[in-house]
Amino acid sequence: MKKHNNLLSGIFIFLVLLFVYAPIFSLVLFSFNANRSLTTWGGFSFEWYGELFRSREIMNAVVWTFIIAILATIISVIVGTFAAIGLSKNKKLFRNVVINLNNIPIVNPEIVTAIGLLLLFQSLKLQGGYGTMLLAHIAFCTPYVIITVYPKVKSLDPSLIEAAQDLGATPMRAIYYAVFPQIKVAIFAAAAIAFTMSFDDFVISYFTAGSTGTNISIYLYTLKRGIPPTINALSTIMILVVTIVVTLNFILTRKQYKEV
Amino acid sequence: MKKLIELRNVTKAFGENVVLKGIDLEIYENEFVTLLGPSGCGKTTTLRIIGGFVDPSSGEVLLNEKNILDIPAHKRPTNTVFQRYALFPHLDVFENVAFGLRMHSNKANIKIQTEKLKEDYQIRIDHAQDSTTKKKLKLELNKEIELIKDPNIHLKLKIDKLKNKIKTLDKTNPEFETQKQKLQEQIKAIKNDFETPKVREKRLTDKVMKYLAMVNLQGYERRSVHKLSGGQQQRVAIARALINEPKVLLLDEPLAALDLKLRQEMQYELKEIQRNAGITFIYVTHDQEEALTMSDKIVVMNEGEIQQVGKPEDIYNEPINTFVAKFIGESNIIEGIMIDDYLVEFDGVKYPCVDYGFKRNEIVDIVLRPEDLDIVPQGTTPISGVVDSVAFKGVHYEIDVKTNTRIYTVHTTDYQPEGKKVSVSFEKEDLHVMEKW
Amino acid sequence: MFHGPLQTSVREKRKVKVKPYTFLGIPYYVLLSSLIIIPLLLIIVYAVTIQEQGLYYKFTLIYFRQFFNEHEFVKVMADSIVLALMTTLICLFIGYPLAYFITKRKPITQAILVLLITAPMWVNMLIRTVAWKQIFDMINPRLLGTDFAIIVGMVYVFLPFMVLPIYTVLSKIDPLLYEASADLGGSNLKTFRKVTLPLSISGVLSGITMVLLPAATTMVIPRYLGQNRVLIGTLIERKFYDSGNWGYGAAIAIILSLIIMVMVLFTKKLDRNKEVERDEKA
Repeated sequence: MKKHNNLLSGIFIFLVLLFVYAPIFSLVLFSFNANRSLTTWGGFSFEWYGELFRSREIMNAVVWTFIIAILATIISVIVGTFAAIGLSKNKKLFRNVVINLNNIPIVNPEIVTAIGLLLLFQSLKLQGGYGTMLLAHIAFCTPYVIITVYPKVKSLDPSLIEAAQDLGATPMRAIYYAVFPQIKVAIFAAAAIAFTMSFDDFVISYFTAGSTGTNISIYLYTLKRGIPPTINALSTIMILVVTIVVTLNFILTRKQYKEV
Repeated sequence: MKKLIELRNVTKAFGENVVLKGIDLEIYENEFVTLLGPSGCGKTTTLRIIGGFVDPSSGEVLLNEKNILDIPAHKRPTNTVFQRYALFPHLDVFENVAFGLRMHSNKANIKIQTEKLKEDYQIRIDHAQDSTTKKKLKLELNKEIELIKDPNIHLKLKIDKLKNKIKTLDKTNPEFETQKQKLQEQIKAIKNDFETPKVREKRLTDKVMKYLAMVNLQGYERRSVHKLSGGQQQRVAIARALINEPKVLLLDEPLAALDLKLRQEMQYELKEIQRNAGITFIYVTHDQEEALTMSDKIVVMNEGEIQQVGKPEDIYNEPINTFVAKFIGESNIIEGIMIDDYLVEFDGVKYPCVDYGFKRNEIVDIVLRPEDLDIVPQGTTPISGVVDSVAFKGVHYEIDVKTNTRIYTVHTTDYQPEGKKVSVSFEKEDLHVMEKW
Repeated sequence: MFHGPLQTSVREKRKVKVKPYTFLGIPYYVLLSSLIIIPLLLIIVYAVTIQEQGLYYKFTLIYFRQFFNEHEFVKVMADSIVLALMTTLICLFIGYPLAYFITKRKPITQAILVLLITAPMWVNMLIRTVAWKQIFDMINPRLLGTDFAIIVGMVYVFLPFMVLPIYTVLSKIDPLLYEASADLGGSNLKTFRKVTLPLSISGVLSGITMVLLPAATTMVIPRYLGQNRVLIGTLIERKFYDSGNWGYGAAIAIILSLIIMVMVLFTKKLDRNKEVERDEKA
């Protein structure tokens, strides 16, 4: 009976995975298509990869997407981690209020957050551009950092900070020596989440980039003439990078799955 | 003995909850002081106030006659052994013990010393009468700072002198080579005395090894702390605190998580360390046996107030009130009337005793320690009853004798069967009279 | 030793002494109030004020009335919600069994499967949506623009958000509970109904929340797979970008937020079960 179940569930899982990866295969496949069509195969070619690197527009969008994502990640991780540490030392009422407020941008539909920020920047007469986009990204990434790091900080032994201070560390050094080593993993996870949220973002970027800012998502959305296969090439490269990163990470952390 | 720490009317409230109601305490150098009391009595809070982790709501805390309340925890000359050890999980045993030394690393030290020096000199400069004195002081200050920043500076000057000597040697002299060599060897010898990071690191390592040996953990330097047993972790915590040679060591129920045998061993070791190192220990526990074993002075606390302070023997033999009597050792507590000095009455019988100073006919509490009572044939004393229960405790039997009015708990090495009719006897010195609590 | 004025100044000094770590949170509090709270307040302000005669602002509900009066807009809102609900249900019917089956595998297999399901999330959502457009173009271009295409796209994008929380909760159920149930006579089906299902409710509700909200407000999928169909997200976008009618857009956003808040509160009320977690030895 168990074997029977295993087979059925296995088939189900396989079908779902098929569904999940079909478009991805299609993307990758057609990135090597010799002709421009996205539906008929015309032979193997690297043409679109060449086009990709020659297209100043796309490259510009890619570069800016990275710049914003990296900056937003660094800033939101720093602000969020310090906030998580500071919060854990605060009174319960204040903590709860802040945590609940922190959840607002997470629960709110992106479009609401987006137009809120748009209204803010407009009222301050701020020109829409990369600056406002960066602020917006920091604004929506930091809450994710906090919900990732804060639970870990809360679970730490409070006497460790006291022990560090007792042994002569100033409060800041105590955080560095006693807290950071223990929350390193959570911080990395938070950085990964923040980077992904920023890199992938569309709605909020779209509303806060003004007329000058762009990123990959905005570029795609505002294409007038339909999607060129260069996009497939870009996607394939992105998929490749993601695959490498994920595989590396998996190999490095493999041992935790062996002991159960 | 010199007074080291003083608490004056220290109170502490956490919101509505008043934890300390006015603590006055004096602690002397080289004392082993135990704060003893039940959970919630405020002993740990008191300890943490001394350590700087908690600020009192009011009152003063003095160290060597100086108020230390404004000094943050990391600057106080105290070190703490935490109840759950608080070892840094990401560091091995060596680095845990070395932590305090690394915190007071060279760079940090230089900064602290430079600032202190500048402060001291600034006062002198301000007091200087004329500008030449001021200039002189400023030059002196800079020289001292240079010395702090580079402790090898004197040695370097010596080397420069020797190098100059080499230059001025007469080359035509046949002894030239030997002279030059001699001088060069002198230079090498001086360089060996240089204070370098390597030298400092060796010093640190030697010190860590010394303290690990002191707590019997030689060979454990590179172990991970979570692989150690409770007793071993405890000893790492102790070494980590002691290596900083604090004036005062604060210990917060450090042996609570250990089993009995280990606890007893550690009690002995701790007492030895305290005696050898000549440090003041302030120890918190709820275990009265522990307190009696290790302390020079016991401070019995309850509900935020100090009940009694004294040597272990004094507290045991002359508890000041029922709480202390009940908390330390076992006791039979009987309500009676102090008829007059040296005479007390209970259960209708007057007994001569050794206490005095109470009001005539004052209602008092009387303590009779079980080990002071004897079981004698019935009728020999006015206290007669029946053996109600017998329990073997290893060292003695614990026998409850039930009389008309109460049950007496007696510790005796002689077995008595249940139901036997007996009497209870004691000496007049065993009657201890206390004020009603 | 210290009496009088020195003593009081010591006490005053102590009152001013601030705990060192409160400063750490300040950058965040600034960010929170300026970039999160104020924008929300601004939305409310814009939604209820209108500029009269070029200069002075007046409180008004005109935008809200406008919205409810225009049938199309109410229909758009209703459509968006209906599509989102259908997406959520489908995600649930696929996601729950998927999560459940994954938990039955070896730990290392579980890790790989979870990775496989979530890895696509790292690829830009627009790109993934465009990929589906390409597939539809290949298979049957007439499907583009239908509800079917939109739902397929939404399920594709949001499925991981349903699977992950359910998987997390299911994997944390103490396996001893299954043994206890069997010991007390529960068949596999009964165990599932009485033990697994109730304990996984919080994960299900989490998943529903994480799918319903974005599905109801997405701008991207209706555009590519719906042939620029106007759903609520697009509507708000139009009001802001095309007509510059920010008050109106803000009002729509508020209506949307309120509806969603109600749904979130509703699901939170349902989640009364505390998770039973496996005892994890450090």
